[in-house]
Amino acid sequence: MSDHKTMTLTLIVWRQKNASDAGKFETYTAKNITEHHSFLEMLDCVNEDLIHTGKDPIVFDHDCREGICGMCSQVINGAPHGGQDRTTVCQLHMRKFKDGDTIYIEPWRARAFPIVRDLIVDRSALDKITQAGGYTSCHTGGVADGNAILIPKPIADEAMDAAECVGCGACVAGCPNGAAMLYTGAKVSQLALLPQGKAEAAQRVTNMTNAMAECGFGNCTNHYECMAACPKGINVKFIARMNREFIKALF
Amino acid sequence: MQLTSSSIGRKILMAVTGQAMVLFAVVHLLGNSSIFGWLNGGINAYAEHLHSLPLPIIIGFRLALLAMVCVHIWFGIQLTIENRGGRPQQYAVKSTQKATFASENMIWTGVLLGCFLVYHLTHFTFQIIDPQTAALKNLVPLHDAMVPNVLGMVVTGFKNFFVSLIYVGAMVALFLHLSHGIQSFFQTMGWSCDKSQPLLVKFGTLVALGLFLGYVTIPLTIFAGILKG
Repeated sequence: MSDHKTMTLTLIVWRQKNASDAGKFETYTAKNITEHHSFLEMLDCVNEDLIHTGKDPIVFDHDCREGICGMCSQVINGAPHGGQDRTTVCQLHMRKFKDGDTIYIEPWRARAFPIVRDLIVDRSALDKITQAGGYTSCHTGGVADGNAILIPKPIADEAMDAAECVGCGACVAGCPNGAAMLYTGAKVSQLALLPQGKAEAAQRVTNMTNAMAECGFGNCTNHYECMAACPKGINVKFIARMNREFIKALF
Repeated sequence: MQLTSSSIGRKILMAVTGQAMVLFAVVHLLGNSSIFGWLNGGINAYAEHLHSLPLPIIIGFRLALLAMVCVHIWFGIQLTIENRGGRPQQYAVKSTQKATFASENMIWTGVLLGCFLVYHLTHFTFQIIDPQTAALKNLVPLHDAMVPNVLGMVVTGFKNFFVSLIYVGAMVALFLHLSHGIQSFFQTMGWSCDKSQPLLVKFGTLVALGLFLGYVTIPLTIFAGILKG
């Protein structure tokens, strides 16, 4: 790695001990960062320095570090996941930054996502929405044949597009209203598209919509910031589909 | 009542009432354009035609419009207050990608339009702002009958710089409000998909621009002295 130029960056990071703490920004310097570091590896380096000097490391969520689990959740310079198209924080690399840059790092900010510590928020509100109807209930019996229920390829593809959602919550973090419409829209659409999900479609959309409000999420005003923030490229057409499902459920 | 209590239900009420008002704005502009003389007798003949409709139709139409305005304002304020609470603490760096000035300021362009609506109704409908030029008091002959002089009232009104300024300013607010509102209607009703959604954004902005240009032409041509009473 010695043949690579290194960067020195100024990080302004949100530090908060727990949900009731007021929290504040702290400034840190990230040294010896190469363009090959991922954003999280850069934070690992900063944390190592902090631990060596006896300070509390920056607490952040992460798991797979290969862009598929949706655990990493940071708003970087105002953009959830850093604003690179279809990229989670762990897949954001430091080559996107320049030596001397100042980077603001904040947690997801939404009423429905209380801050646990520093950059970690409690996203269980999303689970509550899914628990309200993001499933099918049926007697499964033995394993059915793979092609027992025929589903046209375009429908199957669209359901898969909706199912790409990893539930990271970037849509909520990006939404100025803290709404969970893209998440819920993806879950509702994924099941509403498929024959297995159609039976309970009306009850599902009603229950999941009510769960959104109960969890403290805001309402959708069609800014489409959610779509820009989504690391999986979930389209707002799924919000439109959920709205259609909602209207169908009214009658 | 899912329609009046749930998040999507109230969004649909906002969309439907808003879109009904857009349709009204289109018809209103078509009617106003009679001031340019394509209708025999001009805007005076158009106004006389409207007022000679059966009274239940006129009252019913006005009440329906009033109901739309009330529902739109009521849920607009309610949803905005809820949404402001959705993200109690803002980010230190604001970096919006898709949101626009128009989409972020719907409540404020809405407030401006609400104020303008009150002014516009007291000015041209109830005619109490400038009673001397009130059309209902100044009758002019038209096709062997005496009809209110709407043309005279409008022309005198727009000759005043500040009156014209208020109308043009309000139309800027209308453009901003509708440039977000029209496409938003299609999304909320679920009448959009990934291919049509970007086109609907363009279509909505074009319709809003058309309404803006159409409406401001009247005060501007009168103020510039091109259209005379």
